[in-house]
This record gives sequence, structure tokens and C-alpha cells, in this order.
Amino acid sequence: MSRRNLLRGAAVGAGAVALPALLTACSSGPGGDPKNIKLGSNSSDAVPKKAFADAFAAYEKQSGGRKIKVNTVDHNSFQENINRYLQSDPDEVFMWFAGNRMQYFAKKGLLYDISDLWQDYKGFTPALKAQSTGADGKQYFTPYYYYPWAVFHRKSVFAKHGYQAPKTLDEYIALAKQMKKDKLVPIGSCDKDGWPAMGTFDYINMRTNGYDFHKSLMAGEEAWTDKRVKDVFDTWRRLLPYCQPSANGRTWQETGQSLQKREIGMVVLGMPHPGQQFPAAERSDIDFFPFPEINPEHGQDAVEAPIDGFLLAKKSKELKNKKSMESAKDLLKWLATPRAEDIYLAGDPNNIAVNSGADLSKYTALQKKSAQLIAGAKQISQFMDRDTRPDFASTVMIPAIQKFLSTPNDVDGLCNDIERQKKTIFASE
Amino acid sequence: MALNTARRSARRGRRRFTRRDLVVLGLLLGIPVLLDIAIVWGPTLASVVLSFTSWDGVGAIKWVGTQNYANLFTNYPPFWPAVRHNLLWLGFLGLVSVPFGLLLAVLIDRGVRFSRFYQSTLYMPVVLSLAVVGFIAQLVFSRDQGVLNALIGNTKNPTDWLGDPKLNIWMILLAAAWRHTGYVMILYLAGLKAVDPSLKEAAAIDGASEAQTFFRVVFPTLRPVNVIVGVITVIESLRAFDIVYAVNHGRNGLEVLSVLVTDNIIGEASRIGFGSAIAVVLLAVSMGFVVTYLVQEIRGEKSR
Repeated sequence: MSRRNLLRGAAVGAGAVALPALLTACSSGPGGDPKNIKLGSNSSDAVPKKAFADAFAAYEKQSGGRKIKVNTVDHNSFQENINRYLQSDPDEVFMWFAGNRMQYFAKKGLLYDISDLWQDYKGFTPALKAQSTGADGKQYFTPYYYYPWAVFHRKSVFAKHGYQAPKTLDEYIALAKQMKKDKLVPIGSCDKDGWPAMGTFDYINMRTNGYDFHKSLMAGEEAWTDKRVKDVFDTWRRLLPYCQPSANGRTWQETGQSLQKREIGMVVLGMPHPGQQFPAAERSDIDFFPFPEINPEHGQDAVEAPIDGFLLAKKSKELKNKKSMESAKDLLKWLATPRAEDIYLAGDPNNIAVNSGADLSKYTALQKKSAQLIAGAKQISQFMDRDTRPDFASTVMIPAIQKFLSTPNDVDGLCNDIERQKKTIFASE
Repeated sequence: MALNTARRSARRGRRRFTRRDLVVLGLLLGIPVLLDIAIVWGPTLASVVLSFTSWDGVGAIKWVGTQNYANLFTNYPPFWPAVRHNLLWLGFLGLVSVPFGLLLAVLIDRGVRFSRFYQSTLYMPVVLSLAVVGFIAQLVFSRDQGVLNALIGNTKNPTDWLGDPKLNIWMILLAAAWRHTGYVMILYLAGLKAVDPSLKEAAAIDGASEAQTFFRVVFPTLRPVNVIVGVITVIESLRAFDIVYAVNHGRNGLEVLSVLVTDNIIGEASRIGFGSAIAVVLLAVSMGFVVTYLVQEIRGEKSR
């Protein structure tokens, strides 16, 4: 037996191992079943998961035999794998966020242009359209709901101690001092997940320096060593003595539960976060006030209100099939209707509808107040990790903010660190 | 029969293997080698090459030379803590967990009462994945709702075992060692069962004390087990990942190299070039251990 034969034998053997994989790769091809719409979901928490199931069931009922197959992935894992997901074999429709984080993938050519659908969409404000539009001026995103970030607290606790919602930072600190005297931990604080504390940074920044500065800072156009950024951290440091200690060891769920158990007085979070930690009977006790004013020039103009919604994944094999594409678009059209949002919100009253035609009569008091807050806002920001590059937010800002929370004294060193890393990341494109 | 053919062909001096031997050899050796090249060395080389580029996983690959490495060593705050933590991990498992596992193995081997019970209890964590150990660690060490703070009555001003960057690495090391000790114990237990009892008897007749018998007679015969334990300890420490990832994604005091690699490569926007550079550093560190080990083994073979 010659060496060549031996190699040939080995090659055949290797082929026998690889062949089945190749065959399965070929067999599915473009197509799939147009009656089945695959939908990638990041709603792994119980309340929204159930509410989405209700909404999809309602769609199936009126769709004439179409079925939605939901692939739910843990919220954080979905986020971390989104790049891989969109490139390999994504579901036809998937849930994601508006703003920069959507534009980033639109720019990479991973999203399907739905400008044609947008021509028929009704009930969305120009601001919503702007947040659904990519850098090339085309629409990629169907907004579904949003929710404001604010300072949440329990009505009953405020009533019991006679607290008033503070308007300015000084009043906020005075209130915190009073809470301390009343044996409450004044301000809830959690950042084990890495993102919740970003909301506090955003608000202090927008109240101190305004929305435009926030936008350009997030776009990498301002230096993090700027005095204005250091002011933000300095103000935050003034609040730290009133915050729950050891934020880095606590998840947002645990802080939500502390609020529910009346251990903390108030907390800066998004509306669904405390909402999901309260038993249904106690939800009417949740209240909020907008983050207090710091610089009168900017007042309380800006509201942080991230928008979630649905997109079509361009690399999805099924979308190469015309009929499947029709089904997917039909689903998006339905999801953009006010009725679709009403059904969802009936199951998850911790968000508010984006469509102006949605039925406000069933809103809870908290939802009504949220809708007013957003309607009255001069500017709407998304969230730090939705307003800047994802790689910057996750590899630089998460560790930086956690470091600030555990060792808040070296602001200069921290800002230098951020700025140096920001330069290399933003230069990479 | 096979022996016969081999001898006959050897006498002929030309072919040492029959055709069938060659086919079997080719299949059994060739396929693994090809697979090894395809799924181990291919990606390894690809990582090395990618570490000199900048790539976001979608767009064009851009050549940037050693910039990633310069950036890594001077401008990436989590990097040096991660290196330190990996080495600490190695030191802790090697110097605390391994000796402790050996001690337990010796105790159980001597037949303390309920030794079966101890054996299975101590081995139990080994069947759990490290991610599960991570979740259990959170139940125990969580600041507000953990068992430990409740047990020590530390509710007024609780210790933040997992959130305090000065403390959390030690808590995680404890959790990792909890699992590793059982693993080490089982390996040593198997080794101890294989020690010829007559050796111990001989030592006892010669008047050796218990300690002397162990260190001079029994321990040297455990050399093969020591090697295995050494190897798995190095592997466990360098690939440390799941447990810290389950606890807080390897941030805030729990940085390890493998997490930094995934943070950069798997994340929402990938910095694949930069992540590869970290992976190459991890590869270099592992190679350091592997090469030292191989050199020692080969020298040992020769001297024996």
C-alpha cells in the first residue's frame, strides 16, 4: 500500500465525517414554510413573555392560518449574541431596540429595509420615525412600545412620611437626608448587570449639560476628560452617600424587590423594572417623579425612553422566499396597529404604546403619567448603550461605571481611562 | 497472528505492515490528525493572524500590525487584573485545593467512619457544571439575600461578598476549589487504592512512622497521579470562565482572560482582532505550562 493510498483512505474517512453536515446544510435551502413565521424574542422575563404570547395568539387568530414560532432567548444572552445571530441563521422577525443600536446593524447590511411598510403606518410621531430610520434615511424598525426612566417610589411610603416629589437636586438631596432619618435607605442602587447605573449617568449628564451634549458625547465627538463629564461624576458622588451601598453586587431585580419591601425610598430605573417586581395587587402603589433639575438652563427637558420593536433579519433564509416575506411583513403591519399594542399592554402594564391610536382608557394611572411625561419632553434619549456604539458601551463603559461605583474618588483617572479607550474604539472605523 | 505477520515481514526487511494494517492505521491516525488540524490548529492559527487585524465580524478585515497588543498592554484596564487572577487561580487551586484533596483522600483511604458518605458528598460538586456552582455561590454569597450573611447574623451592615472587588475573587476561588477538591480527591483515592499494601507493611516492619511511610513510600508511588492532578489543575485555572460568567460576567474584580476574550468577540459589536490578541496571550501562557510539562516529562522518561 502506497502513501498515496493511505492518504486517500484518510481523506475518504474524513469525508464520511464531514458529509452528513454538508448534506443537512444543503437540504433546508431557501424556502421554509410560509405559514410559519419564526420570531426571535429577547423577552425572557415572565410578564412580557406572557403578554407577547397573548399578542401573537391574537395575530394568529385573524391571520388566516399563519402561525408564529417564537424562539425566546434569555434577554442578556440575546443581546450578547445579536451580531452572530444576525449573521448566521436568524429568525425572520426579531425583537430589538431603536436608535443607534438599530442603525449600527442597518449600516452593516443585516436588516431588511421596510420603508414601503412605513408609508402605510399610521399613528407614529416624527420622533418615532427618526428613531426607526437608519443613517441612509430608510426605515428598518417597527416600534411597539416604550417606557420612561424616572425616579420610582411607593405612593404609600411617600404618603406615610409626608414626602414631596423633589423638583431640584437640592430638594432631592434634602429628601434623601430625611429618608435616612426615617430609617430608609434613600436611593436604590444596582449595577451587577452592568447597565442599570447608566440611566443615572445619563440623567445627571442631560440635566447638567443638556441633551445635545449627551448626543455628541455618545457619538464620540466630545472628550470624556472634559470638565462637563467630570461634573457629572462629581454630582453623582454627592449622591452616593444616600445610595444603597455595594451596587455592584446587586441585580436590578433585587433592588426592585427592596423597593417593594419598603426598604429603599426611591430608585432610578425604567418603568418595567420595579413594575415586574411588584405583585399585581401592589402595582397601583408605584409612582414616579422625573429626575430632578440640576441646571436651570436645561430644566427637566429630556426624558430617557427606550423604544423596543420588531425588525426583519436580512440574512434569514426564509425571507428569500416571497411568500414567507409576505407573511413576515403582514405580521409587522399588524404589530404596528394600535390594537396589537393594546393586547400586549393588557398583559404588561409596565410599558406604554407608541401608537397614538392606542386605547388610553385602559391605562393605569402610572401609564397615563408616563405617557404625559414623554409627551411633555422636549427631547427623548434612548439609553447610554443604545445611544452609543455597542462595543464602546459594553467593553469600556460597563467596567468604568462599575469602577466608579466601587472606588468613586479617582474621577480624573477614570475619565482619562475612558477617553484613551474611546479614541482607539472610535478610530477603528 | 498479527505478531507472526509482523515478524515475517520484518525478516523480509521491506514492508513492516500489511495492507490492512496500513488502512487501519491511516483511518485511525489520519482522521484524528485531519480533524485536529481542521478544528484545533486551523482556528488557532486564524486567531493568531486575526490578532494583527481589526475586524468587526461583518465588514472588511484591516491589517493593523501589533497595534492590538500595544493597546492591550497599555490601554485596557481589565487586562492586567485578568492575568493576575488567572495566576492567582492557579496558585490557589494548586496550593490549597490539591493538598486538601490529597488529605481527604488519605483520610478516606484509611477508612474513617462513614467514609463512603464523605466520599460521595465531597465528590458531588464535581458532577455539577461550574456555571451551576456559580449560581449556588450566588445563593450563598449574595449580599441582600444570601445564606452566608443570614447565618453569621450580618444583617445590619452586610458584607458584599460578590460585589466587593477586594473580596469577590476569593469567594469565587472558594467555590471553584469546592469543586476541584472533590475531583482531586477521587483521583488520589484511585491512586492510593493501587498502592501495593506490602510496601506499607514493609515500611511498618522497618519501623517507619505513619508520616514517614506516607511521605517516603506511598507518595513517591503516586507520581503518575500527581502528574495528572498537576495537568488538570493547570487546565482548570487557565480555562476558568463559567463560574465568574455566571456570577457577574467576569467584571468588577472577577476578570479572567477567557472572559475578556468572549467579551470582545461575542459581544453585540465584536472587536474580533482585539479579542484574538487576548486569546493569543492566553495561548502563550498555556503553551508556557505545556512546554515546561512536556520537557520535564521527556527528561523524566530518559532518566528512568
